[in-house]
Amino acid sequence: MRTPIAWYLVLSGVLFSIGTVGVLVRRNALVIFMAIELQLNAVNLTLIAFARQLGQVDGQVLAFFSMVVAAAEVVVGLAIIVSIFRRRASASVDDLSLLKG
Amino acid sequence: MGELITFWITAPISVGAAALMLFQRNAVHAALLLILNQFTLAVFFVLLDAEFLAAVQVIVYAGAIMVLFLFVIMFLGVDRRETLRERLRGQRPLAIVLGVFMVVAIVFVVQVGVGLTRRATTEIPQPDGNVQEVARVLFTDYVFPFEVTSILLIIAAIAAITLARRSDRLVEEDESEVSP
Repeated sequence: MRTPIAWYLVLSGVLFSIGTVGVLVRRNALVIFMAIELQLNAVNLTLIAFARQLGQVDGQVLAFFSMVVAAAEVVVGLAIIVSIFRRRASASVDDLSLLKG
Repeated sequence: MGELITFWITAPISVGAAALMLFQRNAVHAALLLILNQFTLAVFFVLLDAEFLAAVQVIVYAGAIMVLFLFVIMFLGVDRRETLRERLRGQRPLAIVLGVFMVVAIVFVVQVGVGLTRRATTEIPQPDGNVQEVARVLFTDYVFPFEVTSILLIIAAIAAITLARRSDRLVEEDESEVSP
């Protein structure tokens, strides 16, 4: 017996919401970045669940591209965090308020 | 039946690891819980007939990306605790309320759009296996996007080198500080 597709979609929605709350609540730039990774993973689960539902492999290919983009995004994001840390010796996003009005 | 049992064992681990990640004050613990979460997602990918992506998930996400995260955490020495002081008053409770609202909204949308009990009726046609089928679609229908990702990866590599490299001015300042 196959699992209903909605369970995977609800699970993915819960993981995405946890990631969103993480981005809003945490102050450490690295942990915020990890929460964004969690959101990307949740969306990949949705894509693959729909690929299963529709009986086509295209959703899996799209999830594969999303993983490639995530890898590129992590490299650039971590480089930005490293260069900010070098300048200000802090990884807290609250310290980056120079452009505050 | 086996799929149902596997789902109900793995799903609580997945959500639990993600939720615990939010409450870890140590960044290394958060990274380890995220790795656990990504392993459970690989299990779901196998259940959903995506064996290739399950392998990619473990190798690329749980392997490469999280090792990069841990490397940066150790490199910066930011594994000390973060302050709990709020700059914007009421931001945390508001964020949690919005998160719960988001879960409710997603469940509602899934219920309206797909239906909570509908099962997939068609199989993914993959007579030679999942890897061959993904490769066939990737290198025929999606060959142009595939080539574009190579440009994206080169841009990311150049950007990382440019950002992480110390500028000459900073290096000179450091040297003048060292030698009085």
